Formats: sequence, C-alpha cells, structure tokens
Amino acid sequence: MKRIVEVTINGERHELALEPYRSLLDVLRNDVGLTGTKKGCDVGDCGACTVLLDGKPVNSCLVLGVEVGGSEILTIEGLQRGPERLHPLQDAFMRHGAAQCGFCTPGFLMMASALLDENPAPTEEEIRFGIAGNICRCTGYTKIVAAIQAAARDKAEGKA
Amino acid sequence: MRPAAFDYRAPATLGEALALLAAHPGAKLLAGGQSLVPVLNLRLAAPPLLVDLRRIPELARSVLEHDGALTLGAMTRHRVFERDARVRAAQPLAAAAVPHIAHVAIRNRGTIGGSLCHADPAAEWPAVTLACDAAMTIAGSAGTRTVDAADFFTGLFETAVGTGEILTAVRFPAWPARRRHGFAEVARRHGDFALVGVAAAVDLDERGAVALARIAVFGAADAPVLAQEAAQALVGRRGEGAAREAGRLARARIAPRSDHHASAEYRSELVEVLVRRALGQALGVAPAKAA
Ligand SMILES: Cc1cc2nc3c(=O)[nH]c(=O)nc-3n(C[C@H](O)[C@H](O)[C@H](O)COP(=O)(O)OP(=O)(O)OC[C@H]3O[C@@H](n4cnc5c(N)ncnc54)[C@H](O)[C@@H]3O)c2cc1C
Ligand code: FES
Ligand code: FES
Repeated sequence: MKRIVEVTINGERHELALEPYRSLLDVLRNDVGLTGTKKGCDVGDCGACTVLLDGKPVNSCLVLGVEVGGSEILTIEGLQRGPERLHPLQDAFMRHGAAQCGFCTPGFLMMASALLDENPAPTEEEIRFGIAGNICRCTGYTKIVAAIQAAARDKAEGKA
Repeated sequence: MRPAAFDYRAPATLGEALALLAAHPGAKLLAGGQSLVPVLNLRLAAPPLLVDLRRIPELARSVLEHDGALTLGAMTRHRVFERDARVRAAQPLAAAAVPHIAHVAIRNRGTIGGSLCHADPAAEWPAVTLACDAAMTIAGSAGTRTVDAADFFTGLFETAVGTGEILTAVRFPAWPARRRHGFAEVARRHGDFALVGVAAAVDLDERGAVALARIAVFGAADAPVLAQEAAQALVGRRGEGAAREAGRLARARIAPRSDHHASAEYRSELVEVLVRRALGQALGVAPAKAA
C-alpha cells in the first residue's frame, strides 16, 4: 500500500505517494526527476548516491522513501547558490579537474559540503577520512582532495 | 534491482511495535537500515512488513549516570555517539572503536542496536560490549529481561534476541579510574569490515600491574570471543613481554576460518599481532596509533 510522505527537497515542499519498498535514491531519480544523484551499487559501497538528510550525509540507496517524512533533503541540484553562482566546492572541482567521467562527482560534492560545514579547515587526513565512503574509478583522488582543500581556503579567505 | 514489496509501519510506542511483531509473523524491525536495506535491495530477504523503530522516543534516549555508567538507547546512531564528547570520555574503548565502523554516511544512519542484533562477526560494537562487560535490555510481550554481553552473541548473525523481541538499550558499567584500553584492527581499507580486530579493557592495580583484563577478538570466529587464557596470563604482570605472551596464547586458542577475504593462517597471524598491539596500547608500551 502506498504511503503519503511530505518532504522538503532543495527547499521545495513535495507530497509523494510511495510504495514502502522504494529507496530514497529511486524516489529522487524517478518520482522527483532529480537524476543528479547517481546509483552505483545500491548497497552502500560507493557513495555515488550521497545526499544530505537534515544536513547530514547519507547514502540514499540505504534509506527508504517512507523514512524521510518531515525531513529536509539537499541533493546536488540544490547545492548551487544561485543560477549563476556555483558552490565554492563546485568551482574548486572545476578549477582542479577533480572530475573525469563525473559519475562520482555529485556524491563527492555532497559529502565534502557536509564535511566543510562541520569542519571548515580540515587537514588532508581529515578530508581523506571524510570521503572514505566515496569511490572514484577515474581520478585517483589526488585532485579531489586538492579541490576540497582549495574550497576550504577560498571560504576562509571570503573569496567564495 | 528493487526489493520485493513489503508493508511499512512506524509505531510511536514500544508496546505498539511489539504488538505489530506479534501480529505479523516474519515482520522485521528496521533500525538504521544500513545492514537490512542492502539485504532487501539484493532480495536476500523478503519480509512482509518492516516495523521502523525511529519514532519510539525511549529507544533513542541515552543516560550518563553520575558514577559514569552509560546507557545507550538501541536507536543511538553510531555518529551521534562519535560526536558526543561526554559519552566518548565516559567510554574510551567505544570511542576508539566507533570511527572504524564503515564510513560517515553509514554511521549517520546505523545504530548500536542494529549492529548488536545483526551481529556481524567482524563488527566493532559487539566486541566493545564484550570487553566492557555491558548488559543488553530486551523487551518482549512478557516484559523485559537483561542479558550480559557474554551471553548475547550466540552464533553467526545470531543473538539472544528472540522472535518478537526488541533490544531496547545497552548499559556500559562505569569506567574504573585505573582501567586502560587498547583497540586495533586490520581491514582492507579504512571503513571496510575488519579482517580481525581486538578490543581490550585492562584494569591495573595500585602498583600498575594487571589486575583484570578482558580481551575481545572479532572477525576471527562466528561471533566475537573473549581470549580468556590470554587475559588470565596477564594478571600480575606489566610490560611488553606480557602483551607478547597474551598474543601467542590468544592465537593458540582461536581457530579462524578461511573465506574470500582472508585465509585462516593470515587471520591467526592477525590475532596474535593485534592482541599484542591492543595490549601494548593498554599497558602503555606501544604507541596508541599502532593500528
Ligand atoms: C558499506 C558498509 C560498510 C559497513 N561497515 C561496517 C563496519 O566496518 N563495522 C560494523 O560494525 N558495521 C558496518 N556496517 C554495518 C553498519 O554498522 C550497520 O549500521 C549495522 O550493522 C546495523 O545497524 P542498523 O541500525 O543499520 O540496523 P538495520 O540494518 O536496520 O537492522 C539490522 C538487523 O538488526 C535487526 N534490529 C535492528 N534493531 C533492532 C532492535 N532494536 N531489536 C531487535 N532487532 C533489531 C533488524 O531487524 C535487522 O535484522 C557497514 C554497512 C555498510 C552498508
Ligand atoms: S548507490 Fe548508494 S552507495 Fe552506491
Ligand atoms: S570521475 Fe569517474 S568515477 Fe570519479
């Protein structure tokens, strides 16, 4: 039986009728049409599906749609600060070439934005610990880590 | 692949949750979902109903008593524990172990109760409860009962929680002033399940020699085990020689199995090395960052 779930996604209220067995990932992509959040593994191994649930990063493949009633969700589509203004992390990822195929990028950006919210000046070790649940098959991580460090610096210097 | 269809309820009281379990044979409890949802997504299980525990206030409650004893509600998320300086200070062994559980996103959802009830042989929380001599409170239709950690883990993915019962809380006794701890594990990558790990709590006497030790080894058998002989051999001793001998004794008593992650022989080696490392930390003869 479907359940009615009221949830705020990227600042917009949604009322969704969901079968209980549908994951949040599936709901975001197929019901809400937000396909920026990616499905890599569906079992918590890759982090491509990372979104913020009430400000905290979670793997949306391991959350049921019916579990998020009353919550606020932020996806990659809501990270940008305005039509012409990228999030400092998005900007830094572009400058550093931190994306190749880009499949992992939304997950990394959501994870890293939560990391910087919690710890505005992380060390390299703290960054690597923070993004350990996100897998990238292309970049070798070096540029991703550099981009996160640069975004943290930009934010501290008030450039972004 | 999508999971097979199931129904979903999120009761607001423990009584309702127990009644739902009683009325729906085969129903499963949903805590953080970080072990259960992967199983559902892979269609390794197809329960007719999930009973979500997230709306039951008492299951999320934690109490730090004046003497330092700590009761964690079953729905305490790993990350909530990890970010709370007061509970970390009250239970240093758990504080050392929890950051090794999976990754941040999974720790934001996963709960201590789910971890203990799922009882993965390589999970950190079960070993910590054994080393700390914690006690679990289990609610059922006939009331509640308490089971010591030493009697809780009954086999591979098996616990003392029976059909229709709910684990409500875990109580860690106060941490004595002269207790030291050590924690060491080896995993393929940080955040993966451990190949083998060791959680140790060592009580010293006023002269600094070992009075009592509890050494929990995980990932090496169907359930976490206490290395009893190794702990016995430590009594009255101190220093690196004692840690070495305990490592050898633990290895001699535990017969790990081979699987696709590691051979039995490699795991045996890890038991010896990690017992030695964890005890080295506890006895102050090795750097705390050894593993
Ligand atoms: C990629 C990945 C890596 C992981 N790595 C680790 C790791 O390194 N170490 C580790 O320890 N864990 C690891 N986990 C597992 C994680 O810690 C889970 O959070 C935990 O094992 C289960 O907790 P949960 O709250 O998510 O429980 P759920 O998945 O909701 O439930 C697990 C089981 O316990 C039962 N259950 C839950 N709560 C109760 C209760 N109160 N009473 C009775 N039964 C109950 C459920 O019915 C279910 O059968 C990992 C998970 C993933 C996806
Ligand atoms: S799709 Fe969710 S972690 Fe891989
Ligand atoms: S850029 Fe291709 S997986 Fe990361």
